[in-house]
Amino acid sequence: MRLINRHPGIVLRAALVALPFVALFIAYALGSQARLAVNPSDKLMPAPSKIAETAVRLLTEPDRRSEKILFWYDTWASLVRLTLGVGISAVLAVILGLLIGLLPYVRATLAGFVAVVSMIPPLAVLPILFIVFGLGELSKVVLIIVGILPFLIRDLSARVLEIPREMIVKAETLGASSWVIALRVALPQLMPRLIQAVRLSLGPAWLFLIAAEAIASEQGLGYRIFLVRRFLAMDVILTYVIWITLLAFVMDMILRGISRRFFPWTEASL
Amino acid sequence: MSFVTATNIFQSYGRRPILERVNLSVEEGEFVSIVGASGCGKSTFLRLLLAQETPTRGEIRIDGAEPAREPGLDRGVVFQRYSVFPHLSVLENVVAGESFRRPWGRFIGAEKRAARDRAMQVLARCGLEHMAAAYPAALSGGMQQRLAIGQALAAKPRILLLDEPFGALDPGTRLQMHDFLMDLRAETGMTVFMVTHDLEEGFKLGDRVLVFDKPRWDLTDPDIIGATITYDFDARDGGIPFQTIKEDTHVFRPN
Ligand SMILES: Nc1ncnc2c1ncn2[C@@H]1O[C@H](COP(=O)(O)OP(=O)(O)OP(=O)(O)O)[C@@H](O)[C@H]1O
Ligand SMILES: [Mg+2]
Repeated sequence: MRLINRHPGIVLRAALVALPFVALFIAYALGSQARLAVNPSDKLMPAPSKIAETAVRLLTEPDRRSEKILFWYDTWASLVRLTLGVGISAVLAVILGLLIGLLPYVRATLAGFVAVVSMIPPLAVLPILFIVFGLGELSKVVLIIVGILPFLIRDLSARVLEIPREMIVKAETLGASSWVIALRVALPQLMPRLIQAVRLSLGPAWLFLIAAEAIASEQGLGYRIFLVRRFLAMDVILTYVIWITLLAFVMDMILRGISRRFFPWTEASL
Repeated sequence: MSFVTATNIFQSYGRRPILERVNLSVEEGEFVSIVGASGCGKSTFLRLLLAQETPTRGEIRIDGAEPAREPGLDRGVVFQRYSVFPHLSVLENVVAGESFRRPWGRFIGAEKRAARDRAMQVLARCGLEHMAAAYPAALSGGMQQRLAIGQALAAKPRILLLDEPFGALDPGTRLQMHDFLMDLRAETGMTVFMVTHDLEEGFKLGDRVLVFDKPRWDLTDPDIIGATITYDFDARDGGIPFQTIKEDTHVFRPN
């Protein structure tokens, strides 16, 4: 039988899914063991047990100076920024995507402009954002927006343009105004695509968030990582990295769940 | 004055003429089938009737009104594909036929209940009652086209335009759809234009069969001549009109 037609069974599949994770863990554990054997005070690759210990401490013990558990405090600060940045971008992208996709006048005005703006490297304008919006929350949220909004607008307006002309014409023959076509035909069909696009832009959103936090901040996951870098506290960094990965993964799962739950009509047709 | 009149229609895309000198007048309630070779401009003519495009020259009027500049409530349409809204349930698709003309595109309260009741009757007529809550993706091709026709009729258009509505259906389903369409037409007396590739279907359903073709052939460049209506058959009485009249006049009747 051809390789393209061979499928693993349920058990084997589960084992294969776990394989790269287990392999990575073992490779790390071996490497760490080897280094620690040579130099017991090595900080570069702390033992998995040490990381677990640190994680428990970070998650439960409050900071001596501020009396807060910094881990949760950082998580909360970062999630608020990320949610605001992504949420505002999503709302703006839906509105602009619909306008550009449906109205030729807006398309003529904005499509080229958005295409050019999306070429600006967001991190290059970060200093400008800090100068204009200060070092507070605003500039970090704005960086996320600058980073992902052009992509979202381009993606969503393209999706609106992909709606078959026949369907729009059909709505016109039912007496629908431009507003009703946007609200009742284009918007509902755009929603599952919005979720797809947001899932894709979550990666860049995290990137911009951590970059902004690393440069100017007093709290946040990215801030903490870059702070403890000075002490070569790999155990803390790795705990945070694993935690960020987990958060990003869960967000992706939630978005996928929303898509399945609220847009059942896409399942069979897309 | 005829119900639908097309006077001296020319349509070109860029410098390429597709239709030329198309003249047509259709009475209210007529069923007009349109046939012709692939790419000769049948769909283009339907788009002109729909006012989705405006002709390069000439004008189309319905009931003597000013030529329309965009599709509207007086024209209903069913395409071969994409004629129903995938994000609305079967019932909501039919309700949309009445509600999309509203400022927010929907009904509320008692009006909504009444519209749903009417939509259920339409669905019963289309044999889709049992699928009211399903999404179109769950329907077969024939069911989807029945839904599209029901939805178009729920908006009560003055003319109905069908572009190869049964083109993608198997022969059995096609026959069922013919019966369905003929019944509906007998009930509503609607004026219908239907593009089809199936001559038999055209003659069976139509009162008239229009053939689109190029009137001349330019051997050096066939593309510089557009198509027009080259034949206009009377398709009533199974495509053999006047047979009853002839028999009446020539046969001796004792009483
Ligand atoms: N918007 C357009 N711009 C340029 N050319 C077009 C456009 N629409 C149609 N045409 C051309 O006009 C010609 C007629 O197209 P049309 O779709 O009307 O043919 P048709 O008779 O419906 O063919 P079929 O039976 O295959 O559906 C085709 O050659 C097509 O390439
Ligand atoms: Mg066609």
